[in-house]
Amino acid sequence: MATDDDGRGEAYETEYVHTVYEQIASHFSSTRYKPWPIVERFLKSLRDGSIGVDVGCGNGKYLSVNPNVFIIGSANLARIAARHEPHSSVVADNLSLPHPLASFDFAISIAVIHHLSTPLRRIQAVRAILELLKTASGGTGSGSQPAETETGGRALIYVWALEQKDSRRGWDEGHEQDVMVPWVMKSNNKANHKNRQKNKAEHREHSDHLSASVSGMHTQDGPSKACSDSQHSVKEKQDTSCAAHDNDSQQATSDSQESKTFQRYYHLYRKGELEHDIAEAGGIVLDSGYEKDNWWAVATPVVGTSAPASTNLYRTS
Amino acid sequence: MKILTLNFLTCARKACKATNAAFPLHPRDAELEIVETDLNPLFIRNILPRIEWDALREICVELGLPTLPDAAPEPAALFAEPIVPADTMQDADEGAEKQPTQLLQDLHRLLLETTIATGKLVCGNCGHEYAVKEGIANFLLPSHLV
Repeated sequence: MATDDDGRGEAYETEYVHTVYEQIASHFSSTRYKPWPIVERFLKSLRDGSIGVDVGCGNGKYLSVNPNVFIIGSANLARIAARHEPHSSVVADNLSLPHPLASFDFAISIAVIHHLSTPLRRIQAVRAILELLKTASGGTGSGSQPAETETGGRALIYVWALEQKDSRRGWDEGHEQDVMVPWVMKSNNKANHKNRQKNKAEHREHSDHLSASVSGMHTQDGPSKACSDSQHSVKEKQDTSCAAHDNDSQQATSDSQESKTFQRYYHLYRKGELEHDIAEAGGIVLDSGYEKDNWWAVATPVVGTSAPASTNLYRTS
Repeated sequence: MKILTLNFLTCARKACKATNAAFPLHPRDAELEIVETDLNPLFIRNILPRIEWDALREICVELGLPTLPDAAPEPAALFAEPIVPADTMQDADEGAEKQPTQLLQDLHRLLLETTIATGKLVCGNCGHEYAVKEGIANFLLPSHLV
């Protein structure tokens, strides 16, 4: 694993992740309406009445999947996620989450920790999620539902994969893992008239992997619909291979009156890296796999190494 | 922000999470707003065992809401035997449904519909105040507190 972080860290993420999402928030949100199959399946597998967190909930897309559980979402975009009954959302940092430890039945972290810019911070982010989960030894110890405390809480973590040679971005093993990915936002988007989605997806043309994956899986549009005009690694000069095979994007650019490109930082996970980080963070991988350019894993805290009783914030009296 | 949400929040500072004083957070200068939402009786029933009742009572006192009973209600108190009009008695499915009691409806109103629109949430351990604006609490910490 790279030890040279090139000055990355919190301030870097503020500039190349948080500030960008603040500016593209409503545009980004309009492209985020379809849950991914693995995530949907995980959420629907939960027992009624389960309590969980969605760390980095974005526009709250996953808050709508299962109305019989209670989820507290957190993100810098929480104001957009505000209304997804019965759930709730707050603004918080992945590394300083405002929740009681060892208390939750489940957690999801979907396309979030790949925005953390050093190996240590990515592991800390996983640890911050795992430590919220009940442990197999008993969780909050309320005693009212002993059957539920026999197994530990489960976290689903989903990150962008390095190995995606069949995607329009074409990254694969051996490529630089720390990359900047552009988000192109246009003020005028007449070029979208051929988009027949019934969703109000007026701005869904462009950029990042989420819209790319979603359009590829769930719409009739071509797979390169969401391509933006460039990609390049942090260290390298710009690489325009993406634009070369994205006619839709070129068309859109010529039709629009004005566009602005924002660069976001991503760490692309290579095979096995997510599982490694989970182990480093004190977790056990229960299941893992690859879905449409992403690695995912379901993890639970290691018994006995998670939050000790003294850190349980719930009162016992 | 719902009153129910407060049941699952603490101070975001690591040093505070190890203390009992950081839970629950204390509302201050709170402006409440009722945001109506559909009643889901089973949701209330399922969530009730997860409520830290003493903390909820304390929050209600601090917000000037009606005082809650000393102990959490039993699940049996949430549903009444169905009151089925005679002309629908033959409908077995409908007749089998238990009716939500007033207590259940009150809990729905308190936990899910009563929200803090603006105000602060204060940590009982370190005293840090988290702002609530437009119904959303902000837990981002200044760098010297992380």
